[in-house]
Amino acid sequence: MTTYALRLVISYDFARPIGAGRQLFRILPADVAGVQIVRGAKVRLTPDPTDRGEFKDFFGTRVIEVAMPPGLTQLELVLEAAVDRVASEGFLDISPPLARLTQELAAWRDIGPASPHHFRTPSRRIPQMPEVAGFAQAAVAGCVTVHEVVQALGEGLHRHMTFDAKATSVDTSPEDAFTLRRGVCQDFAQIMVGGLRSLGVPAAYVAGYLRTDPPPGKARLAGADAMHAWVRAWAGEEMGWIDYDPTNACFARADHIDVGFGRDYADVAPVTGMLRLDGSQKGSHQVDIEEVLLP
Amino acid sequence: MDRVADAAAAKADQGARRDLGLRSYTPLRGAPDEMLVNGTIRPLWQPLIDHLRSLTEDGLTRATGRADQYLRDSGVFYRQYGAGQSVERAWPLSHIPVLIDEADWTELSAALIQRADLLEALMADLYGANRLVADGHLPPSLVAGNPEWLRPMVGVRPRSGHYLHFVAFEIGRGPDGKWWVLADRTQAPSGAGYALENRVATSRAFSSVFEGQNVHRLAGFFRDFRDALVGLRNEGDGRVAILTPGPMNETYFEQAWIARYLGFALVQGEDLTVEGGRLMLRTVAGLRPLDVLWRRLDASYADPLELDPASRIGTPGMVSALRQGGLTMVNCLGSGVLETRALMAFMPALARQLLGAPLAMPNIATWWCGGAKQRARVMADPSRLVLGAALGTGLPFDRQGDAIPAASLSSADLMDRLARDGAALVAQEAVTLSTTPALVDGRIVPRPMSLRVFLARTPRGWQVMPGGFARIGAAADATALAMQQGGTAADVWIVSKDDVPSITMVTPSEGPYRRASPGALPARAADNLFWLGRYVERTEGIVRLLRARHIRLAEGGRAALPLQKVVDKILASYGVEGRDGIPQGLLETLGAAVMAAGQVRDRFSPDGWSALNDLDKSARRMASRVTAGDDAARALSALLRKLAGFSGLVHENMYRFFGWRFLSIGRQHERALGMTNLLAVLADADAPPGALDLCIELGDSVLTHRRRFTVASSRQTVIDLLALDPMNPRSVRHLVDGLSEQVQVLPGASVHGQLSDLGRAMLRCQADIATATPETLTTEALIDLHGRIASLSSLLTEAYLR
Repeated sequence: MTTYALRLVISYDFARPIGAGRQLFRILPADVAGVQIVRGAKVRLTPDPTDRGEFKDFFGTRVIEVAMPPGLTQLELVLEAAVDRVASEGFLDISPPLARLTQELAAWRDIGPASPHHFRTPSRRIPQMPEVAGFAQAAVAGCVTVHEVVQALGEGLHRHMTFDAKATSVDTSPEDAFTLRRGVCQDFAQIMVGGLRSLGVPAAYVAGYLRTDPPPGKARLAGADAMHAWVRAWAGEEMGWIDYDPTNACFARADHIDVGFGRDYADVAPVTGMLRLDGSQKGSHQVDIEEVLLP
Repeated sequence: MDRVADAAAAKADQGARRDLGLRSYTPLRGAPDEMLVNGTIRPLWQPLIDHLRSLTEDGLTRATGRADQYLRDSGVFYRQYGAGQSVERAWPLSHIPVLIDEADWTELSAALIQRADLLEALMADLYGANRLVADGHLPPSLVAGNPEWLRPMVGVRPRSGHYLHFVAFEIGRGPDGKWWVLADRTQAPSGAGYALENRVATSRAFSSVFEGQNVHRLAGFFRDFRDALVGLRNEGDGRVAILTPGPMNETYFEQAWIARYLGFALVQGEDLTVEGGRLMLRTVAGLRPLDVLWRRLDASYADPLELDPASRIGTPGMVSALRQGGLTMVNCLGSGVLETRALMAFMPALARQLLGAPLAMPNIATWWCGGAKQRARVMADPSRLVLGAALGTGLPFDRQGDAIPAASLSSADLMDRLARDGAALVAQEAVTLSTTPALVDGRIVPRPMSLRVFLARTPRGWQVMPGGFARIGAAADATALAMQQGGTAADVWIVSKDDVPSITMVTPSEGPYRRASPGALPARAADNLFWLGRYVERTEGIVRLLRARHIRLAEGGRAALPLQKVVDKILASYGVEGRDGIPQGLLETLGAAVMAAGQVRDRFSPDGWSALNDLDKSARRMASRVTAGDDAARALSALLRKLAGFSGLVHENMYRFFGWRFLSIGRQHERALGMTNLLAVLADADAPPGALDLCIELGDSVLTHRRRFTVASSRQTVIDLLALDPMNPRSVRHLVDGLSEQVQVLPGASVHGQLSDLGRAMLRCQADIATATPETLTTEALIDLHGRIASLSSLLTEAYLR
């Protein structure tokens, strides 16, 4: 188990004072049984909101809801959290063959938040994508189990795509990013989710944070860590959900910190409302994840 | 008088009852007819048919003409879409009502109430524990894969204790003579208002039959529903409003109409905001709580924060307010899921499961193709089945692109589609509907018919509107029922053997009389009224300028040229080209007035709206054929009279509250600006000869000037009369005094004796004019005054209109 001190700073500067508005933030780390425990989390907003509340959305993600007063020229949000994360490396592949997944799904009757049924059909931001489906078919040729399928598609995508923070924006469709063969974690994850769904594997989009190891011999840089996104695939009744990170071509490990999951980016976007993290407004964010050495 | 004429015509024609094609009236084979049973007319229909046959051709034309005239006068229309634009079409009324026997209706009502209860129970499960899916009564994909199942609403308990308060069912009579449910309408059912309009129109056409038979009245239903909505408020100050998607919506007319009829505000998403977990209406008096919202908006558009982020007509925080119990939404967001076509397949079993009883009225036979047994059934006999999207919500006869006859596919193709895509498909029996008489080219012919029936939840349980909205097919084929495909609409008469109670909206419900306070005026509505006032006044100013120009063109010839140039310059400042008789710029100004009025249809009398539209249409007609000079001058005079007609209607009939005030403020403001501008140009020392007389003419003060001043016009007399005379309704002084009076009674005009910014600016204008003399009110002073009057507009906007 590793304990992290997580610090997120989001700040905005507005050239002109903006009108009053409502805002949702999905940034708080989640409690995930057996994987992640939140020891504490504090969020400070400057200036003070006129209204502030918190609720859990359908998929269980904690959502901070605020209404900001009119006339803002600056806004800052600071999150400080302590999170325990259990590394879940090296598990046994007990997933069924892909062909049997359909039967398991047909017998699966629950539609609670963690049900695979929410993640089978196209969603607003991840439509049916014939090109991606074709790529997925080819990438998983020869695979038998769902676990193998997930890994093969993730690795295939990682080879096919180049990480490029400038090529896409938050509103780029996964289709376009796939055609460009470039993008960031959001693009990688949404393309993979679409690919898995086309193969019949229920797949969710996961939002969270990633701790980045400094290159050997270099000191950790402040702000080098990042908001991140990866993929959660349903590997059958017995194995359940498995997390794969196509941007880094690996299963999610201790470096990944969960915030929440949904059908696509829109379900777990860190900021929803009048503010955005890119585009015309001058917004920036910075993430620091430090390992806390417990005595 | 018309009725007397009919009677006289009937008398003259007595003994010569017309056939009206009845001898060749043959119902379709395999479908029952509403009027004929075994070749004879049912007693229920006899009085109406006798009456129709007793009328002469002229009499019948007059009768149906009365209905059409009523619909035109009240501005009933519907919006037709096509080729990238939408147009308003005359309301297609089928004049012969559908007659239904009370006993038949009572049975039908009980069955529909059962279905409403079933839908409520289903809704409670889908947005609650989801036992039905877990226990295998519903396939998970129909819920989890359904775009109308709104996840943010799962677990949100409706404050009122109920998810559904107003529902409609589309029903038809099948070959066996029994009623079938064709579709459930739970999202935001339209048509109840149209049903009322059909009733008024039809009863005008055939008033003697209507009064002679015991036809159930509709008003009681609306009164009960209105009272039920009012009763859904929490204790206190909250209000009830109707939420509309806006004037471009297909049924906006109906929404505005029903808002007027029930006396509720018609609001749009941008009129609302959420504060402290409550829904608030932005009014001219600040934020006011709204407690009950009857939405005519599809749920996913209601909140861009938690529902469809692309929605531009929603209210951020609406879901949050619902989660916190801050309002009652009629119906609950998410109720659209019940319209899912594939759910029909499960209704018979769900009725047993949830109500412990079989369905009292069946729905059209439906097979969800996600099951192997169902696929086998479809393969076995596809001949009378229609294949459609399982999650589709369209009516069976709307012929949305997705539905095709199963038999149109080859057996192999069908098998393949079912195997590949079964869970996304549904097979439904093709609809055969009963026929009902329709009047087509003076003959009575059988046409297929379906009925929309409305149910409202009241403290006494579900009430069924005794009547409804009948769709009449354009052809014998049942697929041509949709209005977009030429279908028509008819009134529905539920006929009783006994007297029926005569109820109107004004029949008081039980309890002491209370005068309702006038509703708070939404800021957006105030803004539109203000601009309507300004555009109408601006139109008048432009028309007067144009008329003066064209009169001089006709009379003066060359000598009038310098004056014409000055007029053209003023016109150009309004974006109007003076040379044309009815220039484009004038039409645009008028168009802007119609647009502003269209945004506040619920606050207008139908007469006012008709007058404005008539004005607009006349101007457009004239524009194409009027020539410059005398011809134009006469046309413009006609427009001026129509403008006066509209202003008169509004002035005489509009309730003297905030709405009227903003309209008047707009008019006075624009008129004051116009007059100040005219004086600055035409009373200037450099103005050409004749400018002063022109100014008096434009100020409609020729007679007054003659009476007050025995001398010829001079700068002094003109300024005195048109700027400083408090008695002249067109003088700047009078207008600014009027504005000031209006502004003083607006909410928040002064706080603890302190004037608002607007009030202060207003007072300064007023004082300056009151103390001016013709000598001190120079051209420069007038220009300065013009600027200060203009700035009142932005102060007003700042204080009230956003």
